[in-house]
Amino acid sequence: MMSTGFRTLVYKETLRFYKVATQTVAAPILTAMLYLLIFGHVLEGRVQVYPGVSYTAFLITGLVMMSVLQNSFANSSSSLIQSKITGNLVFVLLTPLSHWEIFSAYTIAAMVRGLTVGLGVFVVTAWFAHMTFAWPLWIAVFALLGAAILGTMGLIAGIWAEKFDQLAAFQNFLIMPLTFLSGVFYSIHSLPPFWLTVSHLNPFFYMIDGFRYGFFGQSDINPWTSLAIVSAFLVVLALLAIRLLKSGYRLRH
Amino acid sequence: MTAIQISNVEKRYQSLQALGGVSLSIEEGEFFGLLGPNGAGKTTLISIIAGLIRPDAGTVSIHGHDVVSDFRAARKAVGVVPQELVFDPFFTVRETLRLQSGYFGLPNNDKWIDEVMENLDLTNKADTNMRALSGGMKRRVLVAQALVHKPPVIVLDEPTAGVDVELRQTLWKFISRLNREGHTIVLTTHYLEEAQAMCKRVAMMKLGKVVALDTMSSLIRRISGSQLIVHLKSGDLPQDLHPLVLHAETGSQLSTLGRKYSLKVNEYMEVETILARLRESGAVIDELQLQQADLEDIFLQIMDGGAP
Repeated sequence: MMSTGFRTLVYKETLRFYKVATQTVAAPILTAMLYLLIFGHVLEGRVQVYPGVSYTAFLITGLVMMSVLQNSFANSSSSLIQSKITGNLVFVLLTPLSHWEIFSAYTIAAMVRGLTVGLGVFVVTAWFAHMTFAWPLWIAVFALLGAAILGTMGLIAGIWAEKFDQLAAFQNFLIMPLTFLSGVFYSIHSLPPFWLTVSHLNPFFYMIDGFRYGFFGQSDINPWTSLAIVSAFLVVLALLAIRLLKSGYRLRH
Repeated sequence: MTAIQISNVEKRYQSLQALGGVSLSIEEGEFFGLLGPNGAGKTTLISIIAGLIRPDAGTVSIHGHDVVSDFRAARKAVGVVPQELVFDPFFTVRETLRLQSGYFGLPNNDKWIDEVMENLDLTNKADTNMRALSGGMKRRVLVAQALVHKPPVIVLDEPTAGVDVELRQTLWKFISRLNREGHTIVLTTHYLEEAQAMCKRVAMMKLGKVVALDTMSSLIRRISGSQLIVHLKSGDLPQDLHPLVLHAETGSQLSTLGRKYSLKVNEYMEVETILARLRESGAVIDELQLQQADLEDIFLQIMDGGAP
């Protein structure tokens, strides 16, 4: 059963981003719109990824998932690093909340933000292409798993980073390359063999590929394989995050 | 019942021994002072009690609950006012207090939250964002956050640092009330007059160790008596009173004529004896002052290593 303390922390973390929704929700939706307008306009009709699927429709699904991932990461990581640096994390650390509850609350709030932005991106971009929903359950599963993974990564980054600079490095040198090299804008089968192999090592690729399967019923990889890889990745990250919280690494000195 | 039991607690930061085997027992309902200069280890000890820092060795329990192995029960039993003036800029005062209450499993706690705000003069700031508050007001919210779950043990780490007289009076009135209602209070402060006025028992820390632990009254009695300051217009101090002299000023050291002596007095009865001896010797007293030893004298003596 969910404790009141846990529910309060989820509420607080959700309220935190809601209070600055222009920055945390509206801005990333606008950014995704700009990506669509530019890349969609330039590449529509020149790139055919899946038979019967327009490039704009392909791009929209990629942008939605990219928004889910980036915003899930941003929520937990920015909340933690801000709380650490300003010192108000003490209000959470002084409470009877367990490491499990802290992990789950930060991750769930991150998922709420990621999925809210993703839904917002879909709502404003879906008008530009004919969208299909071949397997809605797969859409939901990969959106949830992707948000959970990036929320957990944000938590790990927030625990590890001791200053904003370190968090920015984590974001710019790890999250951004993994996101952009995951097939958001293209099918990895259009890549040379070396980069195709490298892309298969990128867990973000499986999240986006599985997510697209839910829309188009077509993907580069069997969705069950993607599900297994993404689930395993989430378990490993969750165990790491919980271990860090339990040990008090860089939180309880 | 023991409110806080601290047993052989050690904490080291690389080469610095922050706490070197501290043991203390604070009973339920006490108003306890933890005193010492900067770097004595007070905040480290409080942080260990609060679960913010983990000890290298030793144990701490609150109302019988170990702060590491039984942290949930231990943290529910304690409210800590941190020394740093920290706040969450996203929320109003009321939101801050409701959230803090919720973390402790009390979602519908508005009656007590209103009472705490009322007692700390925060009611008219309830819907103000934390960023818009003055330093003193933020300090009040910190105190309110520590009290929001009605903990039986309240730890105040420098609660009046840099705040005005009004807050001090408001705070001490409320904390005294809570203490009378049975809450255990642990206070660290650099304002020794506050500690002397509020605390019934004190521990003095120096370089990570407890160097004095006693009730306030016996500490003052044991370590340093009062001083009788006599300014003699004429005549001199009889020889048999010379062993009592703590300090003497004569001739050019004084702006007026005569001699001025500070005499050690352990009991008030001795004042009459001294005055009688001065009258017998023919000395004429120009000015007389009885100065009681205070916590500051004791603190300085102990920190200088001159007291038991």
